[in-house]
Amino acid sequence: MSAVTQAGIGRDLAGVAGLRIVPKRFYGRWVAAALILLALAWVVKAFAQGQIAWPVVAQFFTAPAILGGLVNTVIMTVCAMALGIVLGVVFAIMYMSPNPVLRGSALFYIWFFRGTPLLLQLLLWFNLALVFPTIGIPGVMEWRTIDIIGPFMATLLGLGMNQGAYTAEVVRSGILSVDVGQTEAAKSIGMTRLTTLRRIVLPQAMRVIIPPVGNEVISMVKLTSIASVIQYSEILRNAQTVYYANARVIELLIVSAGWYLIVVTLLQIGQYFLERFFSKGRGERRAKPQIAEETGA
Amino acid sequence: MINASDKDIVVAANVTKQFGSLKALNDVSLAIPFGAVQCIIGPSGSGKSTLLRCINQLEKIDGGAIWVDGELIGYRRVGDELHELSDAEIARQRLTTGMVFQRFNLFNHMTVLQNIIEGPLTVMKRPRREIVAEGMALLERVGLAEKRDSYPIELSGGQQQRIAIARALAMKPKLMLFDEPTSALDPELVGEVLAVMRDLAASGMTMIVVTHELGFAREVASDVVFMDKGEIVERGAPDAVLVAPQHARTRDFIAAVLK
Ligand SMILES: Nc1ncnc2c1ncn2[C@@H]1O[C@H](COP(=O)(O)OP(=O)(O)OP(=O)(O)O)[C@@H](O)[C@H]1O
Ligand SMILES: [Mg+2]
Repeated sequence: MSAVTQAGIGRDLAGVAGLRIVPKRFYGRWVAAALILLALAWVVKAFAQGQIAWPVVAQFFTAPAILGGLVNTVIMTVCAMALGIVLGVVFAIMYMSPNPVLRGSALFYIWFFRGTPLLLQLLLWFNLALVFPTIGIPGVMEWRTIDIIGPFMATLLGLGMNQGAYTAEVVRSGILSVDVGQTEAAKSIGMTRLTTLRRIVLPQAMRVIIPPVGNEVISMVKLTSIASVIQYSEILRNAQTVYYANARVIELLIVSAGWYLIVVTLLQIGQYFLERFFSKGRGERRAKPQIAEETGA
Repeated sequence: MINASDKDIVVAANVTKQFGSLKALNDVSLAIPFGAVQCIIGPSGSGKSTLLRCINQLEKIDGGAIWVDGELIGYRRVGDELHELSDAEIARQRLTTGMVFQRFNLFNHMTVLQNIIEGPLTVMKRPRREIVAEGMALLERVGLAEKRDSYPIELSGGQQQRIAIARALAMKPKLMLFDEPTSALDPELVGEVLAVMRDLAASGMTMIVVTHELGFAREVASDVVFMDKGEIVERGAPDAVLVAPQHARTRDFIAAVLK
């Protein structure tokens, strides 16, 4: 049976050997590519011939108002993300704690901040003075809320606390991704629960945590623009202020878009290197740390 | 009850451990003297791992009591009450014992040397210079000095298990627990791990070894326990239990393993 088949293939091969090979044709791809190029050409033409003054774009690209807004956007991204990550780690650990009060608080936090719109949270923080006219310890240290919760603080709290609720879930799934054997081995050499988390579990959870958090940093860059509604002067708000004065709406939006793209591109490059760093011990690594100095030999 | 003395490093008295309705350990009593090499054999699911894990407090027992190195584990006695210990106190009690797992459980994100010095560094807070030298000496002892900067993933199972033994020894435990240390290994790698354990036994280390390597048990054990269904069925000198077992269940098990 198999001998017959082999003989058949052998005969075909002999006859086929010298023929020309015509690669498979992907008509669909060509049609799609043509359509996309067409659409692109149309958009480019629109921008080139439309009422866009490119010199104005160039002029405002490095205008002080825009650069100041850019700096504020970056500062807010960094601060809100830092707050979000710290809260995320803390609440993830609380969520997984055997203590029911800690666990309950974490659940409530995640439920509330994921369950309400971000814009609403920003407005809540910004108008906190309506609920708490003063904050601090009554009679000891008190401040007027309006003095403390300005646009910066309201944005930071709004974005950071909201981010924390999402990051907590990411951190938790990262922690769960680490084999329990790692925790048991850590305990067996006498580590406490928190030391085990810090030294053994979290570093390995990073591999799972970094990609989604990286995406969230990138979202955060753009999310900061929402703070324009509570007068935080990030790049988009400053662009608006400028175009209310000079009516160069599209030009200034293009300037803002350009800066967002630049920042996001840089972040993506950073994320690549961070992911590579935390994949160590996973077979993709070249450079090794050396514990050389103190061999004590 | 059980006859225990100051010469015993582990005393388990009427220990019970339940998972739901399943009694993984049913009224287990066992005293193991300092310097012993106690082998534990028995069929799958008989509670061998559970017993080791209870001794190291990776599981909490439901009844009875365990003393390790003269200290009641998991609780402090206050008058006629037993107060549960805190996480930090349990961590301190675990310092008496080292544990070697079936699946090695080396810290994957650390190199071999980092794995070994992690405990002395973060738990004992000893100076790095000292512990690196000690770590290297341990690596020499298990024959893997040249692998100091490798990651676990780059090592064979046998090498990983030898590193895991070195990591446990770095904490200078009085007692070493081995839970089927060679069961996850390819047959040709079993020998190198057993050699390290033989060496350790010869150096006078107290060891409790759960194993299916009956040859090793016969050669190295000072005493053998046969467990089945959460109970200790038979206990005695290796030649008695392994060669001329008293109980039918032991005989069946040994016959099955040797086949
Ligand atoms: N965490 C757990 N949850 C529920 N049941 C468990 C758990 N750990 C162990 N058991 C059960 O307890 C019994 C004893 O398990 P144990 O792991 O101690 O057996 P063993 O003698 O080590 O077996 P093996 O030779 O397969 O390792 C088994 O029936 C097992 O299914
Ligand atoms: Mg087992």
